[in-house]
Amino acid sequence: MYEVRFHGRGGQGAVTAAAMLAAALLEEGKYAVSIPSFGFERRGAPVVSFLRCSDREIRQLTNIYTPDCLICVDPTLAKSVDIFAGLKPGGTLVQATHRPLEEVAIADAVGRVGLCDAIGIALQIFKKPITNTLMLGAFARTTGIVSLDALKRSLEDSDFRDAGLKQNMVALERGYNETTVHTIERRAVA
Amino acid sequence: MTTAILETPSQAQRAKQKVMLVEGNEAAALGVALARPDMVAVYPITPQSSLVEHVAKLIADGRMDADIVDAEGEHSVLSVLQGGALAGARTYTATCGPGLAFMFEPYFRTSGMRLPIVMSIVTRDGITPQSVWGGHQDAMTVREVGWVQVYCETVQEVLDTTIMAFKIAEHHDVMLPVNVCLDGNYLSYGTSRVELPNQEDVDAFMGVKDVNWHVALDPLRPMAVDPLTGGSGGKGPSTFVRYRKGQCRGMQNSLRVIEEVHAEWAQRFGRSFAPLVEEYRLEGADYAIMTLGSMTGAAKDAIDEARDAGKKVGLIKIKTFSPFPIDALLKSFAKIQALGVVDRSVGFRWNCGPMYQETMGVLYRLGRHIPSMSFIGGLAGADITVGHFHRVIEATEKLLSNPAPVEPVWLNEKD
Repeated sequence: MYEVRFHGRGGQGAVTAAAMLAAALLEEGKYAVSIPSFGFERRGAPVVSFLRCSDREIRQLTNIYTPDCLICVDPTLAKSVDIFAGLKPGGTLVQATHRPLEEVAIADAVGRVGLCDAIGIALQIFKKPITNTLMLGAFARTTGIVSLDALKRSLEDSDFRDAGLKQNMVALERGYNETTVHTIERRAVA
Repeated sequence: MTTAILETPSQAQRAKQKVMLVEGNEAAALGVALARPDMVAVYPITPQSSLVEHVAKLIADGRMDADIVDAEGEHSVLSVLQGGALAGARTYTATCGPGLAFMFEPYFRTSGMRLPIVMSIVTRDGITPQSVWGGHQDAMTVREVGWVQVYCETVQEVLDTTIMAFKIAEHHDVMLPVNVCLDGNYLSYGTSRVELPNQEDVDAFMGVKDVNWHVALDPLRPMAVDPLTGGSGGKGPSTFVRYRKGQCRGMQNSLRVIEEVHAEWAQRFGRSFAPLVEEYRLEGADYAIMTLGSMTGAAKDAIDEARDAGKKVGLIKIKTFSPFPIDALLKSFAKIQALGVVDRSVGFRWNCGPMYQETMGVLYRLGRHIPSMSFIGGLAGADITVGHFHRVIEATEKLLSNPAPVEPVWLNEKD
């Protein structure tokens, strides 16, 4: 079982991203379940959503408390939300940011980091800071859990049409191509 | 020998079915479309809204041929459907929580008139305090109104059960309305893989529609619909008793029909669901926990872990809550020495969960005492995790050596 927690703000598409990733994993013959967080989601307010994937049928329909991976689609969220809560030791962070690794706050549990200037790229593609498909590309690049091809196929099957579909295809590819992946070496505790 | 010969019909059936990824509410809508109702009436309410939005979209896109009535409130929704059913239409709606409360008067009349309306309850906790999230309080509150009520565990089960519900409701030995309950939030918005049956196979499964043979608004068959009965003179009292006894007989008949319909579904579509009560790893168990609805998945994972740790624990899940599956439960209870029952709602009168309260009646019929206790969790959208179920398992195990506590355990009290 591999567990992902998405962090974003209302309107950035974190819930849609979890469902799209689930569809892509299904394309690859895996089992996937996504669960949105529940509340009065408002544009700009912090939101989370969850995704589980496995080679076996997934029975739990619950939130995720100890994720293997965090996908944070907003660069400012970590200031107001403890996005690292419960992250498994050696876990992965996929973060939207224009900053270099040295300037990104990273918890001790993190073993692998994917950084993508998703806001900057989104403003070029969509003229709006919608980062979710970009960050799915970044996730594929950082973890290899899902292929870029499967993400593209799930996008083709989605409700996106015409210009919106083209833009999101570009976003997936640029998210994949323009993500830097870092392995965090931690000194053993003496 | 070729593999084609080795394949059972149901395996071949499953291979034909389209695989999709949908949320529970969309699965319900797809099930409704496949069952081909003539008429739906809707009023959106959280967390049911996306279900009726999906239904409306299926109709707008021409993928579902039904009249849709966008009524001004839930009371009208069900009243409009009663007219449709009396005129011979297959009818459907969905609601929850405050919507169900507002619907209560026609809700009572539906079962009294033996109208086989199918209604999803996307279960939601009660207000007040203010809350818009899932919980079984709404469906539990109306469990004594003569509707058949079944609870689903998975998104696939929502899709399949929604179709089966029409066949159960319209069976001439039943002729009762059916609620398909799916947990608000975790199941309604949980997105998961489903296999979508073919329309022609569902058509063959459903058979010929015949829903107003017993009561009708039909100029060719004039009759008194919902006549004045009761009182203490003339034919009033006996007529009223005949209505009520008939409803009770229909409920009892539904136990057999639900089993038959599930068996036929498994044979035709290759997916098997326990119709009344599911036993999970109950063989060789000393004690068991009991669940309802979508919490069961996490409970099964907890049972597997507990079994791996050497604990002799199993699980009993109720699918059909109304009528309460007494005989099926007695068979399960005969295998165990202690029982913990997890409810997602509150039984205010008995200071325990409503399912636990019902279960105590069955335990009395068992003829031997087994200790049991009530757990209440997952209220108003709270999560019931594998960790919570480990606490349930440990507390239930203690019943084997210690007397049962009277107070319920509130699982999310310290979350």
